[in-house]
Amino acid sequence: MNVPNVLPRASVRTPVRHVTAPQGGTVLKHAVLMLAGAAVAYPFYFMLTASLKSFFEATTTPPTFFPTQLHFENYATAWGMANWPRFFANTFFVAGVNTAGELITSILAAYAFARMNFKGKAALFALLLATYMMPAEATLIPNFVIVSRRYLNLYDTYAVQILPFLATAFSIFLLRQQFMSIPNELHDAAVIDGANHLRFLWSVVLPISVPALVTVAIISFYGSWNSFQWPLIVTSNPDIRPIQVALNAFRAEAGSSYHLLMAAASFVVAPVVLLYLVGQRYLVQGVARTGIRG
Amino acid sequence: MSVGAIRTSQRAASRRRRVISENVQAYLFLLPAFAVLAVFKIWPAFFAIYISTFKWDIIQGAFRGIGNYTDILFGSRAEAFWRSLSTTFTYAAITIPFEIAIGLVIAYILFQKIRGRAIYRTVYYLPYVTSTVAAAAVFEWVFHPQYGLVNEMLGSIGVGPFRFLQEPDGVFEMVGAHFGIQVPGLLAGPSLALATVAIFSIWHFLGFQIVVFLAGLGNIPEQYYEAAKLDGATQWQLFRKITLPLLSPQIFFVFTIASIGVLRAFNEIYVLTNGGPLDTTRTVTMNVFRTFFQQGQIGLGSAMGVLLTVIILAFTLIQFQVLERRVTYG
Repeated sequence: MNVPNVLPRASVRTPVRHVTAPQGGTVLKHAVLMLAGAAVAYPFYFMLTASLKSFFEATTTPPTFFPTQLHFENYATAWGMANWPRFFANTFFVAGVNTAGELITSILAAYAFARMNFKGKAALFALLLATYMMPAEATLIPNFVIVSRRYLNLYDTYAVQILPFLATAFSIFLLRQQFMSIPNELHDAAVIDGANHLRFLWSVVLPISVPALVTVAIISFYGSWNSFQWPLIVTSNPDIRPIQVALNAFRAEAGSSYHLLMAAASFVVAPVVLLYLVGQRYLVQGVARTGIRG
Repeated sequence: MSVGAIRTSQRAASRRRRVISENVQAYLFLLPAFAVLAVFKIWPAFFAIYISTFKWDIIQGAFRGIGNYTDILFGSRAEAFWRSLSTTFTYAAITIPFEIAIGLVIAYILFQKIRGRAIYRTVYYLPYVTSTVAAAAVFEWVFHPQYGLVNEMLGSIGVGPFRFLQEPDGVFEMVGAHFGIQVPGLLAGPSLALATVAIFSIWHFLGFQIVVFLAGLGNIPEQYYEAAKLDGATQWQLFRKITLPLLSPQIFFVFTIASIGVLRAFNEIYVLTNGGPLDTTRTVTMNVFRTFFQQGQIGLGSAMGVLLTVIILAFTLIQFQVLERRVTYG
């Protein structure tokens, strides 16, 4: 049994351009792309411009397309209205631990599946595939009960935001695929040099798998940073809550002062947008290779 | 001879030791991942079914057997459940075709030699990496009846204003009313609120579709195009006869992934409409959430969750089946 992969390896690279691609209608093509681009970019434009308007201007009808005055102090105001430093710290902490933890668990498990022989391998792999297919919705309510006071008693902790996400079948599959592509000769050479599995993993496998590891790390970090439903139901203490839940609460606090909400939304999305601009290649490769869709 | 026998048995013993040691090591490698998966993924899947057979309002109550399920499918909860299921499929029907069509057109153009490709791509992927909560908070105001720019733009061409996310009336119903035709309730169409959520969804996932389609386009051998062009094929024919058929695995893939995505959608609906107005955006996931979290009926909610899981699993299995076959000669 194998995980379907619609997107063979070769396709992950930047697509080869058609040398002979039809050139007709270039203007029309640009028109389509620009129109779509404008529609896609508009909400971001709206967020940034609205975040700089005065309350008076933000609530004027008809709305203005350009702010007449730039009120950068909105950011300071929005920042001061809630405990944002705490929310950022919470989220960076949870996302950081999640990412590191998921990397460790999936590297080890992927290595075992890719390069070791053991009893029950096929059965365990099938079990992993089953958990991969199981949607988060299936486990939402039971997990909600499991972490309740009656069982694990983890409400309102960091642990409850971290533990359930410390391993995913998806990362294990992705890394297993990568580890299997490493030539056996490398392993044989390492064994002759007296290396055991852990040494081979550490000094040969991991260094040549950096792109795949970065992909797993970025996707894991994104998932943590953007997670909302789970922390919404298992936390209520503002000191422990992550940034997306805080932003949702801030919608009510800001009320009709939506220029402040837009300022808050801007600084909430800033870190991941920056990460995207820096790590675009890895993220796009990860999506193309695995087909996950948030 | 005896020396040889000793050597053989020594070799066998050392091999056995190696095998045991390899097994032990492998299990130690698997332990952390499987411990987490066992507690939060495998066990809960069974626990969900257990919970769903009880009256479980905040705390565990009496055993009900399939009572929760019959309530949901035929009993006191049936109306809300079937309505939410119909809303979910309506949401899918007005989202997925557009996601595929728009993604396909843009990917097709982007794939050709075109200036500024990198910039276009960066822009198109941007919504996909933005959190749903933040993006939805922005959309709420872009589509605000009074201060939003969408109404302003539509107003300049003499349409609207609309209440968008607060509008429970059906889209076709509103178009009909505009022309003085009364559209019967059955054909009222999705509420404008649901259509606006769909627009959000299309916007948010555009980048994903483009990535998948671009990867698929990269797999189509160039010779096909060259040969067809030697035969004098037009650009439309190239697209229709080569690109589209050879891209069908990706189209199917996007279709199933998007279906599963719609079935699971929560964050955007929660932030944009919270199931309203008049419950017209109350999908199955919203219904589950309301039941188990807001009303505290964990047993009932869990039964709904199990039903939802069965539907999602059906889509997943179809996807696996079809794609596995595709890949073998892909």
